Amino acid sequence: MADLSGTRFAETHEWVKTEGDSATVGISQYAQSQLGDVIYLELPAVGQQLEAGGRLGVIESVKAASDLYSPVGGEVSEVNQDLKDHPEYVNEDPYGKGWVIKLRGVKDNPKLLDQKAYDAFVQAS
Amino acid sequence: MVVTVERTPLYEEHVRLGAQMTNFGGWVMPLQYSSIREEHRAVREAVGLFDLSHMGELRVKDENLAQRVVTRDLTRLRPGRIQYAMLCNDAGGIIDDVLVYAVADGGYLMVVNAGNQDADFDWIRGHLPSPTGGGVLNVGRDWALIGVQGPRAVGLVQRLTPSELGGVKYYAFIEGKVADVACVISRTGYTGEDGFELFCSHDDAVQLWRALLEEGHADGIRPAGLGARDTLRLEAGMRLHGNDVDAGTNPLEAGLDWTLNLDKDFIGRDAIVQARDHGLSRVLVGFKMLDRSIPRHGYVVVDNGQPVGTVTSGNVAFTLGYNIGMAYVPPTLAALGTRFGVDVRGTAAPAEVVALPFYKRPHPK
Repeated sequence: MADLSGTRFAETHEWVKTEGDSATVGISQYAQSQLGDVIYLELPAVGQQLEAGGRLGVIESVKAASDLYSPVGGEVSEVNQDLKDHPEYVNEDPYGKGWVIKLRGVKDNPKLLDQKAYDAFVQAS
Repeated sequence: MVVTVERTPLYEEHVRLGAQMTNFGGWVMPLQYSSIREEHRAVREAVGLFDLSHMGELRVKDENLAQRVVTRDLTRLRPGRIQYAMLCNDAGGIIDDVLVYAVADGGYLMVVNAGNQDADFDWIRGHLPSPTGGGVLNVGRDWALIGVQGPRAVGLVQRLTPSELGGVKYYAFIEGKVADVACVISRTGYTGEDGFELFCSHDDAVQLWRALLEEGHADGIRPAGLGARDTLRLEAGMRLHGNDVDAGTNPLEAGLDWTLNLDKDFIGRDAIVQARDHGLSRVLVGFKMLDRSIPRHGYVVVDNGQPVGTVTSGNVAFTLGYNIGMAYVPPTLAALGTRFGVDVRGTAAPAEVVALPFYKRPHPK
C-alpha cells in the first residue's frame, strides 16, 4: 500500500502530493476502480498554466471518457510519458508509476481533503 | 413508473466472484470481474465464460408466421441448423437482430436481444392470423444461457459431455448433457472465436456455470462480463442492436444484405427493395483511427469540416493494438482506404475505412 500521509485529494478524485512549490498529480485508487481499464489520456503540454479546479485533460477507459481536473494551480513541468504506451499503469499503480503530471510554481488549494476525509467522502457518495 | 431490474439465475455467482454489476436492457449483469482487457485477452487466447441468460428466447411454432417476420428464407433451414436474421418493421427498419434455430419437432426458436424480448414477442404475436392462437411463446425467463468462447472452448465443453462435438458445425446445434445438465449445445457466439452457447433450465444454471469454471481452470478460463463482450464483438465486426442498427436503419445500410432473401415475402421487404432501387444515402463502414483518440457512439464523422455521418460503436481494439469503430457515412466515403475525420472533443481526428470484420481468428474451423 502506498504511503498517502502527505497526499491530499479533490472531490473530483484526483490526488496531489506537494513538495515545496512543486507537486505531483494523479487519480485516486477509487477513481481508477470506477473507471475500469484506462486506455488513453489526453494531457496538457509542458508549460501550460492550470488553475485549481480547472480542466487538466481527459481520461478514457473502455467504458467512457471523463474530464480530469487539477487539484492545485501551477505550471505543468512534466507529463508522464510512460502513460502513452502504458495507460494501464493508472489502474495498476495509481499513486506510483501511474502519476499523471507534475507542476511547479504551485498555488495551494485549501479545499483539498486528507486521505481520511477523502475516504469518508467516497463512502458517503 | 416502476423500473424493475431483472436478475439472472447466476446473479449470486457474479457477486461472489466480485463482479462490478451494471444495468443492461433491464437486467443487472456483470460488467467486468477483474479487468476488461484481461477478460478480452482470455477469450482470444484461452477461454472465457459469459452469462447470457438475459437474452430472450421466443418459441415460434407457427412456421408461416416465422417465415413472414424474418428476412431469411427459413424453408431452407434444416432442423439442427441456425441462421442470423433480421426482424423488420413495415418501413424496413431493424426491430431486432436474431438467431433462428430450426427445431426438430417443428417450428423455430428465436434468440433475441435482452431489452427487446417483450417487444419482439408482442410484435410477432401481433401478426398471428388469430390472436388467440398459441403459435408464439415467450420462454426467455425459463432459460439460462452460458457462453463458452475461445480457442480452448470446444475442448473444454467436450471434456464435460458424452456427446461428440466434432460434428457440430458452426451455426448448428444438438441436444445433450454438459456436466450432467440437459442442454442445447449451440456452436455460436458473439466474440469472433470458436465456442459454444449452452442453453439450460434456470434451475441448472449454477451447476453448469460452476462445472465449467472448475474444469476450465487448467485452460486459463476467466469469467467475462459485458465490457469484454462489447470489445470482442466490435473487433469481430458484429453489429449491436441499439447502437449500430435500430428501427431507423435498414439492413442494406447496415451492410447486412446477406441476411436478406428478397425473393420471398416478409414484413419490410417492399420498403427494403424500394430503398435499394432508390439508392442508399448512407452505409455502415468499419474504420480505424490513425491517431490514438478513441471514437465513441454518437461522435460525428466530418469531411472537409462538414458533418457527414455518425459513429455507432467505437473503442480500443485490444487484439489489434489500435482504435476502431463503425459509422454511417455517405456511400462516397465508404470505399476501403477512404479517409475522414472523427470529431473528438472538437478536433477532427484522422480515420481510415477498413474492411469488416476488423479481426478474424487465425485458424477458423
